[in-house]
Amino acid sequence: MLTIKDLAVKFPSRFGDFTAIADVDMTIAPGEIHGLVGESGAGKSTVGAAVIGLLQSPGFIANGELSLGDTDLRDLTEAEAHAIRGDRISMIFQDPQTSLNPLMTIEDQLIETIQAHSDVSHAAAHKRAVDLLEEIGIKDAAQRIKAYPHQFSGGMRQRVVIALAICTDPELIIADEPTTALDVAVQSQVLDLIRRLAKDRKIAFMLITHDIGVIAQIADRVTVMRKGRVMETGETAQVLGAPTHPYTQALMDSVPPLDRRIDRFRVPDDEPIAGAKGPTDNAAEKWLLEGQRHDLTGLTLQNLTVRFAGPRTSLFRKPDPYVALDNVNLEVKPGSIMGLVGESGSGKSTLAKAITGLVTPTGGQMMLGDAELPYGKARDRHHPSRQLIQMVFQDPYSSLNSRHRIGDILSEPLWFYGFVKDADERAKLAAAMLTLVGMQPDALEKYPHQFSGGQRQRIAVARALLARPRFLICDEPTSALDVSIQAEILNLLKDLQSVFGLTILFISHNLAVVRQMADETAVLRNGTIQEVGETEQLYAAPTAAYTKSLLDLTPVMPKAWQSTS
Amino acid sequence: MVYFILKRLVQSVFVMLAVAFLAFSLFRFVGDPITQMTGVETSVQDQERLREDLGLNDPFIFQFGRFTGDMLQGDFGFSYRTRQPVAEMIATRIPATLELGVVALIISLLVGIPAGVYTALRPRGIATQAILMTTLVGVSIPTFVIGIMLIFIFGVQLGWLPTFGRGGTVQIGGWESSLFTFEGWRALLLPAITLGVYQLTLTMRLVRAEMMEVMRSDYIRFAMARGVPMHKLHYKHALANTMVPVITIIGLQFGGVIAFSIVTESVFQWPGMGLLFLESIRFVDIPVMGVYLVVIAFFFVLVNLVVDLLYVAIDPRLRVKDV
Repeated sequence: MLTIKDLAVKFPSRFGDFTAIADVDMTIAPGEIHGLVGESGAGKSTVGAAVIGLLQSPGFIANGELSLGDTDLRDLTEAEAHAIRGDRISMIFQDPQTSLNPLMTIEDQLIETIQAHSDVSHAAAHKRAVDLLEEIGIKDAAQRIKAYPHQFSGGMRQRVVIALAICTDPELIIADEPTTALDVAVQSQVLDLIRRLAKDRKIAFMLITHDIGVIAQIADRVTVMRKGRVMETGETAQVLGAPTHPYTQALMDSVPPLDRRIDRFRVPDDEPIAGAKGPTDNAAEKWLLEGQRHDLTGLTLQNLTVRFAGPRTSLFRKPDPYVALDNVNLEVKPGSIMGLVGESGSGKSTLAKAITGLVTPTGGQMMLGDAELPYGKARDRHHPSRQLIQMVFQDPYSSLNSRHRIGDILSEPLWFYGFVKDADERAKLAAAMLTLVGMQPDALEKYPHQFSGGQRQRIAVARALLARPRFLICDEPTSALDVSIQAEILNLLKDLQSVFGLTILFISHNLAVVRQMADETAVLRNGTIQEVGETEQLYAAPTAAYTKSLLDLTPVMPKAWQSTS
Repeated sequence: MVYFILKRLVQSVFVMLAVAFLAFSLFRFVGDPITQMTGVETSVQDQERLREDLGLNDPFIFQFGRFTGDMLQGDFGFSYRTRQPVAEMIATRIPATLELGVVALIISLLVGIPAGVYTALRPRGIATQAILMTTLVGVSIPTFVIGIMLIFIFGVQLGWLPTFGRGGTVQIGGWESSLFTFEGWRALLLPAITLGVYQLTLTMRLVRAEMMEVMRSDYIRFAMARGVPMHKLHYKHALANTMVPVITIIGLQFGGVIAFSIVTESVFQWPGMGLLFLESIRFVDIPVMGVYLVVIAFFFVLVNLVVDLLYVAIDPRLRVKDV
């Protein structure tokens, strides 16, 4: 039904036309869910945008055929193209928080869309809207339809978005990362919904995602893209189970499996870092090992509780507090990696902030090694823990100061903690540290924007290490990165941890990643620890019902397709 | 919601107290009121007696309390210059300034918002470039030059419009209005345009910038993908979202227009509060200056309160939580 042939999209720029995608061929039949996978920059979204005619200016279709049924999509006037949007092709966006107009009720947005494409009365459109919401799984739809987007939770909002996309009975829906911003439980519901719609209503889906687990679970056929080109296309079982293209193979290898632990990820042309091979003459490594004379440092949390002021409901009552962490007890053994998993809002990041002193707990005790950690504001600026505990943040794009050179960023902990007085020495050490994390020393003179996400995360790791920490907190260190880059960073962290005997608190919502990294794992939900245990045991035989459901709902590839690395 | 308004009201009270304090300090510290009031031949004893009678020897806090108390009862004292009650003087001048300010605001919104929307939707059009250039010139020229140019062209050369005063006015209650006579409107036009030009440019550029931002947002792209008709997309979805931040600035600016209409009023000899303030400065008429300060602050507080309420009206996220 949808046929794409030789599609090429170009973006004119001062230095000539930049080709975003080229030679893309694809067909999608009615009722088919067609997965489109690839890493960032692969041009997946550009394909979707070209089909629906919403390419970001100044991009244009340079070549190729695009047709939906008998309609040539390239041969439409602006007005005709706009009439087809919504009517025959619709779209679902990634983030349900931002894809609905916050100032209009769900009802208005639905009715407006229905009336835009069919000549029905307001009452009829209203009835159809309510029926649709019921079908999509929103209870009490007749009432809820009057609500504004902000009155729905994330998962419900994505349902509303889907309702908006299908309210005009389109033939094709382009779903651009429809579940990436959602928790696993909600994700599985949304995926079920998509599958049902494809089956019952014969809607064709173009499912754009970077998550191979999702593709494995619901796509009928799949197309793998890289750098604007199609690498491989075919039945899902065939492409993922027996990939013929080396890139697909490499991509599959970098996906961390949920059901077993592997020692290292196989990454194309990945060299183990210097330290992993045994002692070398790297100055930074020597320097770090020198600082390691003290014993390994663990962390103990006892009855840690954090409350925030909740929204005020009455003038005369104190607002009910919001409990972010409730009596959390956790022991991170010296020299081990503790994984901390949980869905959004479970309190993972609050825990990290309480330990680093960015949030003041309401009660409980935190011990780093034998020393008690003072609460947030009571912690002195020069308290030793401020050096011993370091953090690697989620988003490498915002965690490095874009106006500072890498050299300045890396030397800062050295002079700030008074380790190295001489500026030249600091630069040498920073350069050695860059080599240690697998980068070229000439990066010192560059600025963060000159590096890719993965390289920036390496720099962030280097910065954390230069403070000579004993305890490293990694808060979702790879969730902003592509899988192959994620594999590299995880390898790096593993290597560094084993060489320098760091204690790491590894926070992630991705259970598969945690399984690969952590010695022990804690499961957090709504501020309480559900379960703590040795990782392998916990994954093999979870005791808490919540852990079980989390593990069940995470999309995985069938065993037969997994490579044996 | 009620809590939100109450909170704002309490904050307003503090702002007004702070301003009252400033106005009071004017009396107390800008020269000695007794020497201002008495001549050279008044004896020292008489001066002391006057000081005692007027309560100027009382502790500071009592004097301030009395000052605010009088203000609250509408007793603003007497002008040094005209010996009239200040309240009366201000009251006769307020209508002129308010009418000027409101008409200037309406002109700026009526032209500024459509121009902003137009230039945002056709960012590369020739008309857009022309509008942007012209308005740039508009902001760069000082208000008084624009006023004088308008007077020269429409008042002197063409002779279409009067160049000073309020023209024909009508008394409605205590309010002297020029909005109900043709002559009044003719007189109002030039000063209102002069005062509105800057506000117009600002509104236009702000609407343009915000609108372009909103047009890139996910919900507009999603509305595009659903085939929502273009006019609805632009004027219902995009414009409403554009107005949320724009209202704040327009509100603040309107306070500014009222407060700083001084230049325009002086160019056009417009008998409003600004002109009164200028005259008061020339004669060091401290009571009038103090009250002017308080009245202007009151306008600012009022406008901000209205802006906050407008927010709530536009943005459902600020209203009560659950349905």
